[in-house]
Amino acid sequence: MKKLKRQWQYHLMLLPGVILIFIFAYIPLYGVIIAFEDYNPALGFSSPWVGLKNFEYIFSQPAFLRTIWNTFFIAVAKLIGGIVVPVIFALLLNELVSNRLKRIFQTLIYIPNFLSWVIMAGVLIDILSNTGVINQFLGIFGVGPVNFLGNASIFPWTMIVTDIWKGFGFGTVVYLAALTSIDPGLYESAILDGATRWQQIRYITLPLLMPTIILMLVLALGNVLNAGFDQIYNLYSPIVYQTGDIIDTYVYRLGIEQAQYSVGAAIGLFKSAVSAVLVLTSYILADKCAGYKIF
Amino acid sequence: MQYKTKGNKIFNVVNIFILTIVSLTCILPFINLLAISFSDSAAVSAGAVGFVPVDFTLSAYEYALKGGKFLRALLISFERVFLGVGINLILMILTAYPLSKTRKQVTGRSVYMVYFVITMLVSGGMIPTYLVVTGLGLKDTIWALVLPGAVPVYNMIILMNFMRGIPEEIEEAAAIDGASPFQILVKVLLPVLKPALATVGLFCIVTHWNDWFSGMIYMNNPNNYPLQTYLQTLLQSFEQLLRSSQGAQDIQALLVQMDARTGRAAQLFLGAIPVMIIYPFLQKYFTKGLVLGSVKG
Repeated sequence: MKKLKRQWQYHLMLLPGVILIFIFAYIPLYGVIIAFEDYNPALGFSSPWVGLKNFEYIFSQPAFLRTIWNTFFIAVAKLIGGIVVPVIFALLLNELVSNRLKRIFQTLIYIPNFLSWVIMAGVLIDILSNTGVINQFLGIFGVGPVNFLGNASIFPWTMIVTDIWKGFGFGTVVYLAALTSIDPGLYESAILDGATRWQQIRYITLPLLMPTIILMLVLALGNVLNAGFDQIYNLYSPIVYQTGDIIDTYVYRLGIEQAQYSVGAAIGLFKSAVSAVLVLTSYILADKCAGYKIF
Repeated sequence: MQYKTKGNKIFNVVNIFILTIVSLTCILPFINLLAISFSDSAAVSAGAVGFVPVDFTLSAYEYALKGGKFLRALLISFERVFLGVGINLILMILTAYPLSKTRKQVTGRSVYMVYFVITMLVSGGMIPTYLVVTGLGLKDTIWALVLPGAVPVYNMIILMNFMRGIPEEIEEAAAIDGASPFQILVKVLLPVLKPALATVGLFCIVTHWNDWFSGMIYMNNPNNYPLQTYLQTLLQSFEQLLRSSQGAQDIQALLVQMDARTGRAAQLFLGAIPVMIIYPFLQKYFTKGLVLGSVKG
């Protein structure tokens, strides 16, 4: 009896959060039903049912099929680079003798991570322009001005490289934390056996870092359909739609700018369904490969 | 671990060289931006500005602050951060505390947990969320910016893990003295939780400050734009200006474009300052949050 008396306060504490999550997460979740309807603002979520018509429509659009490939290509390249680059930097930082230098480098590479893509886009448009710093630098070697943001075959690579550049400081810190937990005794005995620096990395550091790498990779799999709306929306233009338009930017233009709510929701649902399968697969893989239980 | 061989010395030098170059690429663009914002627009368009201002002037900042659009957007951003982070903190504390208890102490704890975690895995997506916020009549109000993300579930779980790390004896002593859960939370736990609240609070500040998208879709009136949304529209109009003036011989248009470039640099830099100011704290608490966030339960 006393227990119950104390309990109601806990449930009362949870109430505001439960209500807000219900309104802003669960009602929109129910709202994906408009993907099967012909949305009419006056009728809301109970508009006339049209079945799979919206899905038939989107899959007949070449522009949409193109965005699937673009999204997949950009996201996978970002995923691979987003693991390889931080691992290399964590290894290089770990080889530094001076802790002070280590801290200074960490501080510097970590800054871009916290700035919004709006600010970053402003900076990038400036330094990547035809008269910007990068093209001035390339000019020294006689490489003509490269149109990083306006050339459809270069644009995806610009997105991949700048995204890795913005985020690699984060990954580096994660891997560095894993590296510092390696038992120094292992290196000492390796040195006694005459192991070179490279051999120490190859046979001690990398194998011990593997679980963390696999974990980060597996967790990133669920994001394969998130190619980076904030970044691409702020840097793209109609000239590069062919290679740079991704699912999210397409949904935005179609769904919100042109107010085709049902079609937009259908694409959103398609994306969520694929993502959910990927998330589940990656969690099962995380459990099997790295012994990591998320829940 | 150190050898004094020649090969190792060379490696150390090369290593420091590579790390220096890469670290510089992370900071030089911002120094370039700062230099442009303090330079004369003629020098900027001549491509003469590198990392040091040429013909130092504050006119870009005057241009940026003129007309009050920038300041109005800045005020809205401040209002949003205070209101939004305040709501975030209150809701995170209130939800994390019962969830940090065991199933025995709070009936239905696992059900609540699943209820919150599901929202991290699946979402209705852009369009249904937009329709709900619009349907509630929140458009063009500050609530459209703070309510949809009122419960940051990931940060709440980090906070929950912090709470689990607190020895139970502290709470038990207060409970024996007859304190209710509310009193224990406010009087006993909150003082101990200050570092944890700083960690999640900083993340919420950065999220609110950096978000431009909700401002763009939920505000019809540009006078209601928060700073990042305002900067975003500035960016778009600058790009359009660039495209339309290419090949144009109109001196007037060219002059406008020149002023726009330094003015834009000044506004972008001002927009980045708050994050730069809290950056040392972010860095300090980030690793902590990372370690604690991974201790899931």
